[in-house]
Amino acid sequence: MTSTAASRIRAKQRPGDRLFSGAALAAGALILAILAAVAAFLVVQGIPGITANPEDTTLLEGTDFWTYVGPLVFGTVWSAAIALIVAVPIAIGIALFISHYAPRPLAATLGYIIDLLAAVPSVVFGLWGANVLAVGVQPFYAWLAENFSWIPLFAGPASGTGRTVLTASLVLAVMVLPIITAISREVFLQTPLLHQEAALALGATRWEMIKIAVLPFGRAGIVSGAMLGLGRALGETMAVAMVLSASNVITFDVISSINPATIAANIALSFPEAYGLNVNVLIATGLILFAITLIVNTIARYIVNRRKEFSGAN
Amino acid sequence: MTNLTPARPIENAYTAGQLPRWAPLLILISSLATFVIIFMFVQAGQPASQFNIVGAVLFGVLLYILVLVTVSRLVEGHRQAIDRLVTSLVALAFLVALLPLVSLLYTVVINGAARFDLDFFTLSLRNVVGEGGGAAHAIIGTLQMTLAAALISVPIGLLASIYLVEYGRGRLAQAITFFVDVMTGIPSIVAGLFAYSLIVIFFGPGVRLGIAGALALSVLMIPVVVRSSEEMLRLVPNELREAAFALGVPKWLTVLKVVLPTSVAGITTGVMLAIARVIGETAPLLVAAGFTNNFNYSLFSDRMQSLPVYVYSSYISQGTDAQAYIDRAWAGALTLILIVMALNLLARLIAKIFSPKTGR
Repeated sequence: MTSTAASRIRAKQRPGDRLFSGAALAAGALILAILAAVAAFLVVQGIPGITANPEDTTLLEGTDFWTYVGPLVFGTVWSAAIALIVAVPIAIGIALFISHYAPRPLAATLGYIIDLLAAVPSVVFGLWGANVLAVGVQPFYAWLAENFSWIPLFAGPASGTGRTVLTASLVLAVMVLPIITAISREVFLQTPLLHQEAALALGATRWEMIKIAVLPFGRAGIVSGAMLGLGRALGETMAVAMVLSASNVITFDVISSINPATIAANIALSFPEAYGLNVNVLIATGLILFAITLIVNTIARYIVNRRKEFSGAN
Repeated sequence: MTNLTPARPIENAYTAGQLPRWAPLLILISSLATFVIIFMFVQAGQPASQFNIVGAVLFGVLLYILVLVTVSRLVEGHRQAIDRLVTSLVALAFLVALLPLVSLLYTVVINGAARFDLDFFTLSLRNVVGEGGGAAHAIIGTLQMTLAAALISVPIGLLASIYLVEYGRGRLAQAITFFVDVMTGIPSIVAGLFAYSLIVIFFGPGVRLGIAGALALSVLMIPVVVRSSEEMLRLVPNELREAAFALGVPKWLTVLKVVLPTSVAGITTGVMLAIARVIGETAPLLVAAGFTNNFNYSLFSDRMQSLPVYVYSSYISQGTDAQAYIDRAWAGALTLILIVMALNLLARLIAKIFSPKTGR
């Protein structure tokens, strides 16, 4: 009898096995390669745009690249931030409504209805925002400009068309609602039932139960949902391009007719007519957008994954 | 023994200090009625103005919340009042979210119906300056590019998810999982710029091709396919795999003949949802495939129109007869929404009918 522990039995490697696992591995590696290629191509095509001589390109109008991209970055972050401020409280409300308030048999259907919002193509949102929403909110802007012009946000004069950065942000808010709702809803539903029942048994009202059991448990989920929504709002193109009448400025006034453009919308509007170095300048702005969304999404994923490990939900 | 029955039953101690169940409903109806009447008076005072239903409902709901909270605070106390306030706010949030959805669907259907006719689905925009013309070239372009994107991304995505579930261990699998997540967050226009820069290397600057659009779409589609297929493959019970191994079936045949058939319904659903997601993408196609008014059946030569870009360009560059362009844009939007909804419905149907019945 040999005392050596039997070495681990290895499965027989047939040609089919090698081929199949090789193909699967190749597909996985290809995904990494594609992502690397996206970054590489943007860098290669973007660098001539960043270092471009301002006199050689019509887009830059004599200024250097960073002065050109500054207002765009501001507009991107600004519009996404407003959208998030509007969307997050509503999304938390909807998620709570579906997870804890609506009658059980109805809840799934209500979830589908909110998911329908996610299925609407962005170009349709743009069309609706420009033709319906902008017209609808214009009187409200006029009223704001008349009565609240002492607040810098509403300094006015109000835009006559209603196609301002606030309208664009409202459209963005509607578009990111389903993402934030879906993720918050999921974590709210994972709240341990015992925590909730314990709170109720101690005499808490439903809201107090939510406040002490559900919300603390779901905080990480809300944050990561909001970050993912932010990522989507930052990169959203068509809705902003169609709603906003933009000029390249930095302003905090959200209801006047002079609005900052966003990176993505600017690319969509300028790219079809761009030629020569202008294309490289636009790709360079796209690279910056890519970097911003990459950072935001990475932080969001980091929070989600960390929560997964430490929560007692599974 | 004669019992003295009280003239009125004693109030139940447990429901004292509570609003009756019908109270919120009564308050809601009466506050809505109040503001409907007020707004009708306002309208009667200004003959030119229209009856403002949105305003009436909005103020009615605000009044409802105010009255309910006050009454509840007086009868039931502070904590119950807060609870009722939050309940109404949460329900209000849901209704507020429904508002844009209903308004959007309504306007798209109403405005889209004007040009939702046979011409729209059979003609292109070649040599059309005013009314008439259609979107057949755009629909064909959309179908071709989406199909090509699906042909590229489904094999890659499916194989990658098989790798993650069946083979992947260690750092590479972790890296792929992480970067698939990162890839879901790529802004669609960046995917378009990538496809454009890739094509430029082979075909020279300024080229727009249908295949470039398909490439851009597949960059967006691959992570969605990987995510959903991975989830479905993980649902396949391990006992099935072990049973196959015990019978001496090689691993690759186990995956092909046992794991995939078990999860095929879920995978199909995921793929259809992924298609529904990319079929409405505008920005990458605008950048990578350009736009045209002509039929183009070839993915590898010339620009190719797609339905979302058709909607966008009809809206952005309105000709002399602006209404005709707007009408076409709305009809395109209606077609797009119908396609996306049909795909979504079909996906859910497949999931419902063909999914294997597990014990859960």
